[in-house]
Amino acid sequence: MRDFAYTRAGDTRSALAVLDPAAGTGARPIAGGTELVNLLKERIEEPDLLVDINGLPLAEIAAGDDGLRLGALARMSDVAAHPAVRAGYPMIAQALELSASPQLRNMASMGGNLLQRTRCPYFRADAVLPCNKRTPGSGCAALGDRGQQRTQAIFGGSDHCVATHPSDVAVALAALDAQVHVTGPAGAGVIALADFHRLPGDAPERDTVLPDGALVTGITVPASPLAARSAYLKVRERASYEFALVSAAVAVEVADGVVTAARIALGGVAPKPWRLPDAEAALAGVRADDEAAVRTAVEPSFAPARPLPGNAFKVELAVRTVVRALALAAGGAE
Amino acid sequence: MTARTRADGPAKVTGAARYAADWRHGDGVRYVALVTATIPAGRVTELDTSAAEAAPGVVTVLTHRNAPPLSEVTEGPYVHGLLPLHDDLVRYEGEPLAVVVADTLERAQEAAALVRVAYDRTDAVVDVDDALDKAYSPAAAARVDSSVGDVPAGLAAADVVVERAYSTASRHHSPMEPAATVATWADGELTLYDASQGVFNVRAVVASALGLPKERVRVIAAYTGGGFGAKGFIWPHEIIAAMTAYTVGGTVKLVLTRAQSFTSHGYQPATRQTVALGARTDGTLTAVRHTSVNATSTYAEHLELAGDGTNSMYAAPAIATSHRVAPVATILPTPMRAPAEGVGMFALESAMDELAYELGVDPLELRLRNYAERDPSTGREFSSKKLRECYVEGARRFGWAGRPMAPGSLREGRDLVGWGMASTTMFTARMPASARVTIRADGSVLIEVGTQEIGTGVYTVMPQVAAEVLGCSPDQVTIALGDTLLPEAGMTAGSSTTASVGSAVRAAARALAGKLASMAFAEGGAPPETVVIDGADVVLSEGPVGRISLRDLLGQTGAEQVSADGAYSPDDDGYTIKTFGAVFAEVRVDADLRLPRVSRITGVYSAGRIINELTARSQMTGGMIWGIGQALLEQSVPEPALGRFVSKNLAGYLVPVNADVHTLDASFVEEYDPHSGALGGKGIGELGASGVGAAIANAVHHATGIRVRDLPVTPEDLLV
Repeated sequence: MRDFAYTRAGDTRSALAVLDPAAGTGARPIAGGTELVNLLKERIEEPDLLVDINGLPLAEIAAGDDGLRLGALARMSDVAAHPAVRAGYPMIAQALELSASPQLRNMASMGGNLLQRTRCPYFRADAVLPCNKRTPGSGCAALGDRGQQRTQAIFGGSDHCVATHPSDVAVALAALDAQVHVTGPAGAGVIALADFHRLPGDAPERDTVLPDGALVTGITVPASPLAARSAYLKVRERASYEFALVSAAVAVEVADGVVTAARIALGGVAPKPWRLPDAEAALAGVRADDEAAVRTAVEPSFAPARPLPGNAFKVELAVRTVVRALALAAGGAE
Repeated sequence: MTARTRADGPAKVTGAARYAADWRHGDGVRYVALVTATIPAGRVTELDTSAAEAAPGVVTVLTHRNAPPLSEVTEGPYVHGLLPLHDDLVRYEGEPLAVVVADTLERAQEAAALVRVAYDRTDAVVDVDDALDKAYSPAAAARVDSSVGDVPAGLAAADVVVERAYSTASRHHSPMEPAATVATWADGELTLYDASQGVFNVRAVVASALGLPKERVRVIAAYTGGGFGAKGFIWPHEIIAAMTAYTVGGTVKLVLTRAQSFTSHGYQPATRQTVALGARTDGTLTAVRHTSVNATSTYAEHLELAGDGTNSMYAAPAIATSHRVAPVATILPTPMRAPAEGVGMFALESAMDELAYELGVDPLELRLRNYAERDPSTGREFSSKKLRECYVEGARRFGWAGRPMAPGSLREGRDLVGWGMASTTMFTARMPASARVTIRADGSVLIEVGTQEIGTGVYTVMPQVAAEVLGCSPDQVTIALGDTLLPEAGMTAGSSTTASVGSAVRAAARALAGKLASMAFAEGGAPPETVVIDGADVVLSEGPVGRISLRDLLGQTGAEQVSADGAYSPDDDGYTIKTFGAVFAEVRVDADLRLPRVSRITGVYSAGRIINELTARSQMTGGMIWGIGQALLEQSVPEPALGRFVSKNLAGYLVPVNADVHTLDASFVEEYDPHSGALGGKGIGELGASGVGAAIANAVHHATGIRVRDLPVTPEDLLV
């Protein structure tokens, strides 16, 4: 990797000052380092300066009547272990514990988790391959006749990029209408998690709407009666330590065995956590234990899917994953 | 069978064990980074090293333009054949084009990224399916084509014929320790600390390439962090490290990156196989035909003898196997745990399962009805074979009796449960070996033998072998290994080490006991069996001496220690020497999500005498885990457009993790093979990895009714 300088930020304001593109420092923030160090080694990132933000007071984990507050520097393992998260937001804890490995979760921050980049093998390669996300204008090898497509998107891709976002917990957070708190050169703001990640369009090199030089400072999850009855189901070939082929985060409200409200987001199938609002609406009034009826309610939401020849199976697999996740969510609190 | 815990366990878990790259830290060490080809075939038209040479800390950049001339390798197993940095041609993606030497690893890697390369790319195929029309009969080895009896007649006479195509994927060994070489050129001598399965072979090849006398090259491998075949033959990076040290002087350290580990040494080639089985309605085989095509490189040959196990497996009157190789533009494939039978038994044992279903005969019963009492291809007797006992004991331990034949008939909750079984067999490789055993006045015993420890337990087992002869505790015996200054032994490969090296150690220990007996009896001597070492005493079962301290005994000669040499050389005394086993697997497939998971495996093995049941059991369960990987996870996918494997990392190349591994039940039948060597034992390192793939795929069929003939089995194969 290229030589870089390193500095430790004492407070958010000084971190932002160094990170401001106008300062011309070529700086990037580093928290847990579980992602950025990979990107440095693969030369996908080549900063001149690393700004260590671990000293910033952003590691809060707090639950209250208004919901859940997670600091950007809260570690994945700490969030997953927090009793209020486990009790009130089980699918957040599940999504975290099904991510990566214990060693990585001990280091990785919640903010960094949202900002991790795709695991598309063409993007992550040891060499620079045709990949518009890594090298704009270089093409997309995955779209080739015999490109690797099984891990690619079935929703939200473009002619320029079909990569998926790899986060698990972002899927659970998206289902629960979480908000991302950011601060940057233009001041502080709040972005709905569902809007935080971009679709690739013709600019796949930009994964998120986070402005240059800005930091994620925290994540809030609004209080919701659904959150306590939720489940995250991750489908993958290897039983652990692998990214999702398909995953589903489902939260439900059930009265007398009938779904009264539902939230659904999918992972592994799109460039961002993929909500299914039509399916959520269609599930109202469906018996939670009637898997055929659940499937009937969910299936039309997959009509817009645009799978590639090499990942057509993921449509059916995703339907089944949602159906099962709903059963787990509905059954989990009984 | 005796059990002894790992003598090197504490060193390994505390980090005290030193692997190749752990040697020679500090000032003066230079680091090597490789610039490798990013196309599969063609010619380098531009190789601009000026920016790299100007980068901070760079000592030199070697390319084909300025590298020292190398000699054609005429000694040692350099099957790869190509001399590194020899010309401007590219024959595979990952081929070394330039070598950057710098004062730190990071600077070497950064400078390597500054080397600018342009190519004139030529068309090349990297997927074996695109090369099948160019398949040819390899010149290389014996048993490329083998037949006994009249197979067409046997198939014509059959009541039922099953003929199916099977395939296995390209697989990479992926040892935890990437290959690494630390090379020092000083005072006219070259020393290599090398991650190797064969130090003498490294010495032969490197000395030959550099034109040095072998005596001026020393190769050391005290610990090798897994090999599985990747570090068996010699590969360009070892020559590069030696050449670079020779050029710049002092010490250089070359550690392959994980990505380079996918292109810098061989891999298990994809195979495309067919099996035809003819049988009478009672299940008696009338003919067996097994063909295989495996990928090889465009510049050298690797033959995967997939059908070799088939030659000796079942008592059919007609058996034919044939092998072809198809050239692809990758580095040369190489053996990987388990070669040959490791890929071939998947096809044969899947076909046997299919035949069992065609006939409506229990799969285990079908094997028993075709049990080979003699080697059906040669008529030879087996040196020892207790496969029948394996079937019976395996079925008992697994609970096979009463298995419902119909697929989909076992179900627990949402899981479809399936039971499958397979026979397994491996060839028995034996290699010449020599060893020296020394005893000191304090009773401590030292074994010296230039073999390697690649995780298999040599530090533990060889002291047991010597201690058994000397009658002492294995805890007073240590072993020095992995050094070309020691008595010569062969590669740690082909599951050969315990039997081959152990036979040499046993011979040396017996010679030592004989010397001690002679010393004690003064005149006339006595057989070695009369000597027992008890602590620091020699106890003699015959003669007047009785007990004498080693110090007193040695004091007669004025020596502090006494040594003896021993050797082993395999001979053919007319038997077919193989190992066998029966593998039973249970899988669970979620009825909706269709993820195949292995819940338990039982394997019972016939492998001659087992020296250490603990390390042996570890070998077998480790092999089973390799089999889970082969069956469900491992595949390197070729990318035709880019001329490379898609993923060259362990996120894209999946190996099993703990969560994939549940109950593994490995055991051995009591057996002594009088023809395999001095110990009565045979190799087991690869046996455990063979047959598992078929047992799992057969269990998947039993669970789901879906027959997957192409490994690995993936969720989409089962998604119906």
